[in-house]
Amino acid sequence: MMLSDRRPILLANARIVDPSRDLDIAGDLLIADGMIREAKRGIGAAGVPEGTDVIDCRGKLVAPGLIDMRAFIGEPGAAARETFASASQAAAAGGVTTIICQPDTSPAIDDPATVDFVLRRARDTAIVHVHPMAAITKGLEGSEMTEIGLLKAAGAVAFTDGDKSVTDAQVMRRALTYAGDFDALIVHHTEDPDLVGDGVMNEGEFAARLGLLGIPKAAETVMLERDIRLVALSGARYHAASVTCGESLEVLRRAKDAGLTVTAAASINHITLNENDIGSYRTFLKLSPPLRAEDDRKRLVEALGNGLIDVVMSDHNPQDVETKRVPFAEASPGAIGLETMLAAGLRLVHSDEIELMTLLRAMSTRPAELLGLPGGTLRSGAPADVIVVDPELPWVLDAAELKSKCKNTPFDEARLSGRVVRTIVAGRTIYEYV
Amino acid sequence: MNIAPKSSFVLSRRHLLGIEGLSRDDISGLLDLAEEFVELNRQIEKKRSSLRGRTQINLFFEPSTRTQSSFELAGKRLGADVMNMLVGVSSMRKGETLIDTAITLNAMHPDILVVRHHASGAVELLASKLECSVINAGDGSHEHPTQALLDAATIRRNKGRIEGLTVAICGDILHSRVARSDIILLNCMGARVRVVAPTTLLPPGIERFGVEVARDMREGLSGADIVMMLRLQRERMNGSFVPSVSEYFNYWGLDEKKLAFAKPNALVMHPGPMNRGVEIDSIVADGAQSLIREQVEMGVAVRMAVLEALSRNLPNA
Repeated sequence: MMLSDRRPILLANARIVDPSRDLDIAGDLLIADGMIREAKRGIGAAGVPEGTDVIDCRGKLVAPGLIDMRAFIGEPGAAARETFASASQAAAAGGVTTIICQPDTSPAIDDPATVDFVLRRARDTAIVHVHPMAAITKGLEGSEMTEIGLLKAAGAVAFTDGDKSVTDAQVMRRALTYAGDFDALIVHHTEDPDLVGDGVMNEGEFAARLGLLGIPKAAETVMLERDIRLVALSGARYHAASVTCGESLEVLRRAKDAGLTVTAAASINHITLNENDIGSYRTFLKLSPPLRAEDDRKRLVEALGNGLIDVVMSDHNPQDVETKRVPFAEASPGAIGLETMLAAGLRLVHSDEIELMTLLRAMSTRPAELLGLPGGTLRSGAPADVIVVDPELPWVLDAAELKSKCKNTPFDEARLSGRVVRTIVAGRTIYEYV
Repeated sequence: MNIAPKSSFVLSRRHLLGIEGLSRDDISGLLDLAEEFVELNRQIEKKRSSLRGRTQINLFFEPSTRTQSSFELAGKRLGADVMNMLVGVSSMRKGETLIDTAITLNAMHPDILVVRHHASGAVELLASKLECSVINAGDGSHEHPTQALLDAATIRRNKGRIEGLTVAICGDILHSRVARSDIILLNCMGARVRVVAPTTLLPPGIERFGVEVARDMREGLSGADIVMMLRLQRERMNGSFVPSVSEYFNYWGLDEKKLAFAKPNALVMHPGPMNRGVEIDSIVADGAQSLIREQVEMGVAVRMAVLEALSRNLPNA
């Protein structure tokens, strides 16, 4: 059976793009025993082991499998929204070979037993790699630090309170300081909940016209500024989970220039959409943090280009119809994205806003580096988590065909160019687009 | 007597969800039609039959005596069968029932649905699921088109025009659907619009609405032909948006002294219900320059005009 085939694979005649070493060549990639053997020009069918599955990749890209640094999966506690099984099917179809799941589950992933549950559950049901982030504070309540050492030992790759901010500066300072002793990465949602208040979208003219209460950009920058000061005190590794506006980029620039170990991500939604896409109250575009103005989107893309933004993630957040087909202010925020992250990102490549290498780096190599994972590269000896992408293939996104349990995509009916045509995890083809 | 109105104006759309999107001709057409109904409403025989056989449902998710009774009267005078439904917030599980309600209502085959809802965009959401005409009777802080139309009708009757007038809208602009609809309508008709409020009660970005922004009443009312006061909700007076009622009244409440900043023949309006002594002093509210009672009268006429103009567009009409 093709899908469980462990025969060696030769991805032949491809454009090989490996952001981990700025490699962009025409050549072949050989995979055997679940690992990348080599990537170079002219391995050819003659130079491969007997029984190798030779796949012609003419006109296609071969790149490291994507590592999605922020995805909400509903296990434990909200399996109706998403399971590891369904999420991993969506991931495979979107070229994501590693999902980093978020701890804002029910119960929260805040003790080693739950980390263990997640890892075992994912091992048994998911077809891609899954690594959890664990909570910074017990029950995500923002008051007591979790067992950062034990959680990390159990397999938590980073620490975050999901889409909640740790508002108590003292708690945050201690968590950062303590995490530093374990070289643990703190990933923080930077939104001051008091400044968010009852706001439901970006503050400004558009919100005023829709009669919706706005969320000021300052809700983000105030929290980010505070965090940067605390990082300076503690020296911990800090990652801003989802920045959305130009002002945050200025804060990040100063932090990076000061030599602080600060990195940041932007969601695929924030680099490809803006507040105007909300149109007449489209709840699928209600996000947390909210979509900002076009100028902010442009600045995020620019920051991605110059490395100020390290990571692009999907911020995958499945919401069912009942929580979305309601008035905008009452709708739950969030959009799915595992399956569409790359295709949406390719829009920016096609419109010359971003280089392909940069996009792929932010979706694979950088997350691997930050989280200490072995993927994100096509070097010899690396795990064979590889995607084959047809960069020009035109298609129209039909939400009904998405593999997530929930269909809350902001890209429904979008005309897209380019998609993953083969996803290989640990040397096995787990997805093929036909 | 059952003569059709002289005006043959047709609102060439299925719903009235907001002032946004209406043309100057649409607005003038509705106001002209409303004029005819003002006359009709002052007669003993007030009935028309243009909506005979039609079913109008007033679906209110937020209680409102004034708007609901005004729509009820308007529908009945045009001959429609009118039913009022008040859906209590407590009895509905958020949102779910909005779509459920739409499905239920469709099965009742109403021709016109008048909807008020506490959430911005809810009326539009409902309209997208319904087969009948929908009139927005106020959605959240978004729009309240018939209020803006009745304000315009009142202004036009008293000033003879809208174009070129200076209209100061004062108070809680941030939460006001009336202000949004008024601003769009008055701008469209060529008035000069000013908003006057403490900045905490102004939506960020308001200056891009094509209005002048003033923070104090002297500046804001100077040269104004019309002073429109807005209601300030009780829960917003206690330190959250303004420090106290007395401070608010002192700086932004309309009394005779502040009214004197406006033109001598300036007229005062309020969409009601008024908080006397909060945003407006009784002497002004009941004074010679007040149009507040006339606004209520115009309310019925304007709603008849909207119902009439939409009904001319209904299937089998």
